Amino acid sequence: MDALYGYSLYFISLLTMGGIYAVLCLGLNVQWGFAGLFNAGIGGFFAIGAYVTALLTTAPSARHIGGFEINTLVAYGLSMLAAGLVAWGVGKVCLRLRSDYLAIATIGAAEVVRLIFKNETDYTNGPRGVSAIPKPFETLPEPWNHIAFLVIVLIAVAIAFWALQIAQRAPWGRVMTAIRENEPAVRAAGKDVEQFRMEGFVLGAMLMGLAGAFMAQYLKFVDPNLSDPLTATFLVWVMLVVGGSANNKGAVIGAVLIWTLWSASEIVTGRLPDEWAVRTAYARIFLIGLMLQVFLQKYPLGIFPEQRPRPPRSSRESA
Amino acid sequence: MLAVENLCKHFGGLQAVHNCSFSVAEGTITGLIGPNGAGKTTTFNMIAGELPPTSGKILFEGQDIAGLPTHEMFHRGIVRTFQIPHELAQMTVLENLMLVPPAQPGERLWSNWFSRASVRSREKSVMEQAEDALEFLSIYHLRDELAGNLSGGQKKLLELGRTMMTNAKLVLLDEPGAGVNPTLVLKIRDMILRLKEERGYTFCLIEHDMDMIGALCDPVIVMAEGAVLMEGSMDEVRSDPRVLDAYLGGEAA
Repeated sequence: MDALYGYSLYFISLLTMGGIYAVLCLGLNVQWGFAGLFNAGIGGFFAIGAYVTALLTTAPSARHIGGFEINTLVAYGLSMLAAGLVAWGVGKVCLRLRSDYLAIATIGAAEVVRLIFKNETDYTNGPRGVSAIPKPFETLPEPWNHIAFLVIVLIAVAIAFWALQIAQRAPWGRVMTAIRENEPAVRAAGKDVEQFRMEGFVLGAMLMGLAGAFMAQYLKFVDPNLSDPLTATFLVWVMLVVGGSANNKGAVIGAVLIWTLWSASEIVTGRLPDEWAVRTAYARIFLIGLMLQVFLQKYPLGIFPEQRPRPPRSSRESA
Repeated sequence: MLAVENLCKHFGGLQAVHNCSFSVAEGTITGLIGPNGAGKTTTFNMIAGELPPTSGKILFEGQDIAGLPTHEMFHRGIVRTFQIPHELAQMTVLENLMLVPPAQPGERLWSNWFSRASVRSREKSVMEQAEDALEFLSIYHLRDELAGNLSGGQKKLLELGRTMMTNAKLVLLDEPGAGVNPTLVLKIRDMILRLKEERGYTFCLIEHDMDMIGALCDPVIVMAEGAVLMEGSMDEVRSDPRVLDAYLGGEAA
């Protein structure tokens, strides 16, 4: 019975982390899948969301600014707002750049964010991070506290998924697809391409900020390593590419699937002999790379390729 | 309606357009001809806002619009087609047209989530407008086909169709008949005339097909080496030795 209970807890944590990554991955899907913007600094927006929630919800502490103890829902909103504002600033400067240059610029932006959190020790407690972040419903008896938090994350995934499904099928999504297809044609159709790109970039970053807020609460602790390029950026890209870019369902399922494999790989590498122990971290990265190869060989466009909405039914008899 | 004054576009040392001045009067179909490399398409790109001019003025309805971005030009009523069709290959023919109408409520994210009724009702009217255009172009049967699968001539029709989805005043057509079979060229000619009559568009068109120019355009502007060589009716253009000289090169004349 105890083993079963342990497995259930593991399953809940798997789904919670998978859900947080699903929000991140949906954010990347808006930026890359919809708008064609290569963001290689996902971790930066993620960390901004995490730190905003961390600093605004914790009790007073001598180690960092805070003591605001604001409501969780408000903190979610402010985390999204902060990530969105930073994205707007970065976008103002960088969105005119073509894809590879934009990638470099976003890596730089994420690095700047990490260094600020690391070095502004008066505000953020530097590399030692912010701890004792309140987590919603944590006073409930186990396992209900875990389940309640999982439910919050799943609701967020559902709302984000619903909102993006609508946006993608709407005229907004039509313009986005058209920009990826043929930008001069969209300009000639009178659309302000920069404006649409910016909307995609900011909306995506807001979702990444929300994922960061969840992560801060889930771990009850944040430090600058949260913006680690491997787990916060590269892994999210693998999720989207495997799941299917420009497909919201693909983003969610890719996130849960890859997180499960990533998490399970720890179990496998944990059983390796001791002399291998130092190498296990690299073995996991290798496994993820290998998995990406295998999936892309089998599903070149992701498990769920992009799908345009069905043509609307005609209002007249066929001519 | 449109007046171009001393327009210049230099790419490094290359003077693609140099001191080019002409005007397009309201209600005309003004032809723009000239040998390859005369700067016709570059001039179009500047009028449509795709390229900022190096110097000079572009007056549209009395206002200098030189250097404004493409979407600004569009909202003032200048719409262009492309020499090489710019279809959205992975989208349906219907979507290609439905993209175009300006200020659709559904282009704002917020409206899609919080005022869906207005988005839906506009989508319906935009779809009907697009279907009307498809019937006019007699390609209604291709409504749900991916635009990338169309033939060259059909893509040209789709280019023309895009202009019908706008509130255009001035339509810039870049070689509407290039690479199109002769029967379809005649159809496109008729469509241009009908659009002028029915919608009151003013046209400025680049074309190498002199029959089409002769049938549609008055006046005709001849460009060579980045500037206007002459302007007049087709008959005057045909009989001007300078035009022959420009097309065939100095030695031949």
